[in-house]
Amino acid sequence: MSVAPDIDVTKAPPGFLWRLVRSPSSAIGLVIVLLLIFCALFADVLAPYDPNKMGSGGRFLPPSGDFLLGTDEFGRDMLSRILFGSRITLLVGAVAVGISLTIGMAVGMIAAFRRGWIEAILMRSTDVLFSFTETLIALSFVAVLGPSLQNAIIAVGVAGIPFYSRTCYSAALVETSKPYFEASIAAGARPTRMVLVHLLPNVMPTMIVVATLGVSTAILAAAGLSFLGLGAQPPTSEWGYMLAGSRDYINRAPWLMTIPGIAIAITVLGFNLLGDGLRTSLDPVERK
Amino acid sequence: MTALLSVTDLSVAIGSKSLVKKVSFDVASGEVLSIVGESGSGKSMTAKALMGLLPNKASATGRAMFDGMDLLAPEVQPPRGTGIGLIFQEPMTALTPVLTIGLQLTEALVSHGICNAGEAQRRAIAMLDRVGIPSPADRMRQYPHELSGGMRQRVVIAMMMLLDPRILIADEPTTALDVTVQAQILDLLREIVTDTQIGLILITHDMGVVAEMADNVLVMKAGKAEEFGPVQRIFAAPEADYTTALLDAVPRIDASNSRKPALTEPLLKAGGINKTFAKRGAIFSKAARYKALDDVSLTMHRGETLALVGESGSGKTTLGRIIARLTEADTGTVTLSDTDLSALYGRELQDKRREVQMIFQDPYASLDPRHTVGRTIAEPMIIHQELSRSERSERVHELLEKVGLSADMAQRYPHEFSGGQRQRIAIARAIAAKPSLVVADEPTSALDVSIQAKVLDLLENLKRSEDLTLLFISHDLAVVRQIADRVAVMRNGRILELGPSAELFAEPRHPYTRALIDVAPVPNPTRKRGKRPVLQGDYPTGPLSEIGPGHWVAA
Repeated sequence: MSVAPDIDVTKAPPGFLWRLVRSPSSAIGLVIVLLLIFCALFADVLAPYDPNKMGSGGRFLPPSGDFLLGTDEFGRDMLSRILFGSRITLLVGAVAVGISLTIGMAVGMIAAFRRGWIEAILMRSTDVLFSFTETLIALSFVAVLGPSLQNAIIAVGVAGIPFYSRTCYSAALVETSKPYFEASIAAGARPTRMVLVHLLPNVMPTMIVVATLGVSTAILAAAGLSFLGLGAQPPTSEWGYMLAGSRDYINRAPWLMTIPGIAIAITVLGFNLLGDGLRTSLDPVERK
Repeated sequence: MTALLSVTDLSVAIGSKSLVKKVSFDVASGEVLSIVGESGSGKSMTAKALMGLLPNKASATGRAMFDGMDLLAPEVQPPRGTGIGLIFQEPMTALTPVLTIGLQLTEALVSHGICNAGEAQRRAIAMLDRVGIPSPADRMRQYPHELSGGMRQRVVIAMMMLLDPRILIADEPTTALDVTVQAQILDLLREIVTDTQIGLILITHDMGVVAEMADNVLVMKAGKAEEFGPVQRIFAAPEADYTTALLDAVPRIDASNSRKPALTEPLLKAGGINKTFAKRGAIFSKAARYKALDDVSLTMHRGETLALVGESGSGKTTLGRIIARLTEADTGTVTLSDTDLSALYGRELQDKRREVQMIFQDPYASLDPRHTVGRTIAEPMIIHQELSRSERSERVHELLEKVGLSADMAQRYPHEFSGGQRQRIAIARAIAAKPSLVVADEPTSALDVSIQAKVLDLLENLKRSEDLTLLFISHDLAVVRQIADRVAVMRNGRILELGPSAELFAEPRHPYTRALIDVAPVPNPTRKRGKRPVLQGDYPTGPLSEIGPGHWVAA
């Protein structure tokens, strides 16, 4: 026999991380996301000023040697605010999408796998939720829970569920009708195995793409809530709120709006590139 | 007879990759040329080159003289429609679903400026009548989905013939159709060729169709013409080794069958099975349901191969799936050995499922794309927690070699394998569960004929070495004749005849069985026959009565 018997043939060949960083675009995505996490973790050390201290410098100072990204209308240092803001932005993106993704996928997969009345209940309630705009759902959620950053994140996460469960449901429905799925049922596989071993890996690529796009939506939705005073409370630095709150000064101090905007754009780009890379490196067909 | 179309040294290449290599042939008027070959042989590419329908990156060289012009010359626009007509495999996709048939038929006539709308209407109705469509004037107002597959193919033929082409290219025109409908369409094409003296280029993979239709045959393999000649000569004395191999691989419906049904104890008993499906989109109306299975009973004996034969919609797949408990029956019981499978649920069912394994038609969707082949084959052992990790690997290697693959393929993924290899892997997974019954649903119909022959051999060998009983579902009578000990003929959810294979083929007792055998194309060009019987109307579907030992016929 040509293969050493101690190799477990049922295991996938290794090299997932290598495949991920081999493509330049997903490597860039990974670097951006890691950098963001680094900023968030070490904001205390990295930030030159206290982000909430008014009058660190004059008002509306343009970027300079002392204030690398300038100051805002209260004379707060923008660089420090952006660094501290990355904490909240990451938290919002990750947790809100995490909530939508986990619950949405569970609902979608169970509905597609179980069919029958469970499917009817789950998907019809999804449809009902779908008929409201996400903002409205998020608003009513915050209205019930009370305004705070934590509640805003939960609200944004819950508001995203219908979209994720619909997408996951259609992807799962395609897979459950394929013969390989039925072959596993015929081999006697338990429902948990069917869902976790066969269904999950096959809907994952679709969901990763959806989720990475969802990160940006979630960040912007949370920013919207903050702007309405229902999310992060001033003086907490949060990118979306910084962006929205500086609209009045767009002519006088354009960097107040541009800088958080660029920060959000880079974050979204990073997640998208990483997500795309993840999808590719998880797909056996793309391995060559 | 002078040639209508004369092709010399036709080559097609995409970049440096050569798809068709220096192929030459002639087609005269009133003549049928068959281009035959397996997938990837370049037979469709040849047709596309003649029509000027090659993909953008492909380029064709050589000469194809038609009506005084070279179709392959760069400045020439092939006279599509008016000079050369094309018929596709899928009659559904060849017609636009959102337009009426009448509009689609008359459109070309009007846009080519052949006649005005009123005249086009008249001609279209006459042509529909000509291709055998009943009440053609009414059909003009219908949409493609309202017609059956066979009717749609007739409409496509009518559409092509309206433009009065000199040559018709038909690319696998009957592959998507049932065998009885195929016979009618082939008859129609034959008739059109005789009446209008056009030249027909018939592209097919089916040697039976070639034998019945062709005057000349071009055998292709991997882009090369292996052989070109009159059909009688090709079948009687093939010159190329490949032609010989191809002919040998074809299952013969007229072959002798000496198989005797095993007289062993019953393994599986299915009794009184009924199944109705709701028609699509009909949630609220009880009337819109159709019976897929109507009180079907069946007994299988240990070690035998029983074939379920029928056309699409006969219920053969549904019956197989109910036996494998992948579809729930409305009523009825399935008993395996002494266990009533239909009464088991949950964990008990999951533990018992391994006794009945299934092999599916589509080799591409049969394997989980995200699992290595080794993991797929090992799945039954993992589920039932058998063997240690290293024993499992060893068993996977053993199974891979048993199905004719090599052990080192275990760590590769399904997309790296061909259709035939995937089907072997699916077979390995099925026997890894150590089943007593295997349900094979059209396991070879998506495969090329030479590969089909090998997979059938493999099934046969495994059946013996693994002590299996096989329920073989197929629409192909020739394949069934080769592999089955007993045959059950199904139509509209009922078994019409059930008997020992040899007896059933030699002396079919039910009129439907007889008709099915009659219409199946036979790869023997010397066997000429008259017009085939039209398979319509009512057949006896009453209860089965035994007319000989083990031979049952519906009264």
